[in-house]
Amino acid sequence: MFTQTSEPDQDQTIAGPIMSGESTTNTRRRLPAVEGWFTVPEAGSDQSPALIGTLCRSSGTYFFPPERVMSRAPGHSDSDLVDVELSTRGKIWSYTDAQYQPPPPYVPVSDPHVPFAIAAVELEKEKMVVMGQVVPEVAVADLRVGMEMELVIDTLNVETDEETGEEVEMVIWKWKPVEGGSAS
Amino acid sequence: MSNATVDQVAVLGAGMHPWGKWGRNFVTYGVAAAQAALEDAGIDWKDVGFVAGADTMRNGYPGYVSGATFAQALGWTGIPVTSTYGACASGAMALDAARQRILSGMCDVALVVGADTTPKGFLKPNVGGREDDPDWLRFKLLGASNPTYFALYARRRMELYGATQDDFAAVKVKNSRHGLGNPYARYRKEVTAEDVSASPLVASPLRLLDICATSDGGAAMVLTSMEYARKHLGDKSPVRISAISTVTPTFPNTIIEMPEFATDSAAGIPAPDLKFKQAIGHAAYAQAGIGPDDVDVAEVYDLSTALELDWYEDLGFCGPGEAEKLIRDGVTTLDGRLPVNPSGGLACFGEAVPAQAIAQVCELTWQLRGEAEGRQAKDPKVGITANQGLFGHGSSVILTR
Repeated sequence: MFTQTSEPDQDQTIAGPIMSGESTTNTRRRLPAVEGWFTVPEAGSDQSPALIGTLCRSSGTYFFPPERVMSRAPGHSDSDLVDVELSTRGKIWSYTDAQYQPPPPYVPVSDPHVPFAIAAVELEKEKMVVMGQVVPEVAVADLRVGMEMELVIDTLNVETDEETGEEVEMVIWKWKPVEGGSAS
Repeated sequence: MSNATVDQVAVLGAGMHPWGKWGRNFVTYGVAAAQAALEDAGIDWKDVGFVAGADTMRNGYPGYVSGATFAQALGWTGIPVTSTYGACASGAMALDAARQRILSGMCDVALVVGADTTPKGFLKPNVGGREDDPDWLRFKLLGASNPTYFALYARRRMELYGATQDDFAAVKVKNSRHGLGNPYARYRKEVTAEDVSASPLVASPLRLLDICATSDGGAAMVLTSMEYARKHLGDKSPVRISAISTVTPTFPNTIIEMPEFATDSAAGIPAPDLKFKQAIGHAAYAQAGIGPDDVDVAEVYDLSTALELDWYEDLGFCGPGEAEKLIRDGVTTLDGRLPVNPSGGLACFGEAVPAQAIAQVCELTWQLRGEAEGRQAKDPKVGITANQGLFGHGSSVILTR
């Protein structure tokens, strides 16, 4: 379970704890649901969030989730692996939804369960497909293969810090249709 | 079979415990299946020289050492055992272990057993927080269950090839008819296209009746050397295993697969010519020295209805985008040119993971012997199985007579 209680670090943009922006009435602390997989720009920042992958320098291969031990590209085991931000836009390879509440460790966000969409999005530069939940206001009827999507950071669930009783918003990357984006 | 690259072994016995939701210890199913296989072979347990068990992950320690568990339950005879786990391919890996023992001359007779007792509902990861286990994380971070992945493939077929939910339903209708007469099938009830479309959506576009259930069950086989089979059977010719493929993907694997968050990247190293599922069948064909045109009957893993259509193409029964035509034209029904899942498939069985790949081979054994009462394909001589599971596992077995 979540136990981190450190104060927000203003300099930390990569997967660090940050405060919700003043634009919302919600002042819960936000924490990435998994460490080191994506950036979370500070509130009010004009930077876009991004997935953090690793690049195997000698083969030109990307890994997500970030592979930090050794390149999995055969023949490149001694290559440098460097953290890189992956493309924040891509096109839908396929999509579906979860009509039933997934089993644990999925944490329910509503009772009863409200279906959410899941998209597998193809990143052109990295030549890879990355899955993610789709933002809750978008349903499968709104999606098409080839539709342009962008990465956003959104709430995964709310957890309670066992030590302080404080409610903390766990955030995750999600895919969102690009407004006015290409549909093919 | 002059082009074969691997020698054959004989199938002398096949046995199963009926699939269901019996709620008993998995060992009881495995032992029942083993005894049935031994009886079918006419071989005494004391004459078995090797036991290979396919493990179950959901039944505690005995499930992780299934070879020994079954050997002890059948009565220790001092023979060596092995226990294999490879998700849906576990049973084929156990068959392969037995084949290797026989082909290396280390034993003449081997027993292969797989059995499972499954909980209700979605297959889910083992309990406990495991932040470095992708199978745990995909549920936690994405809410991605197994049907999520099946649905991604199904939607892809619809968008790429114009498949419809009716095409998917046609697979279920076909398989439900095939399974009607199979005494080992759990569901022996005709299902209509209307039944499928009236069932609730689980993962768009797949409905409840498009997705296979989880079941209890057990399957076992007795394999022997060809020489032993000749002595044992006299003039009768046994069904033979001509290939067992248990290949892994080749980097970069560009199809999203359970339990991954992303595919490999093809930015630096080009994707291989064969997709993983194609490679599974390709390796089996190469071992047996045959091709898709030689196949008379197939048992493929219909975890979802749409996945059966993917297999038609990946096993080379037709080109990409042509599977819908095969199902629409009735080519893969029992009286068609190439019956697929004459047993009723997972649609009628539900999945009992470590037993399922063995059950596929049991069915083909009976089909090739002409003993598949109530579901017999017309005089098949070559059969192929195929399945794929999570973490880069898959298998294909070719039987000939």
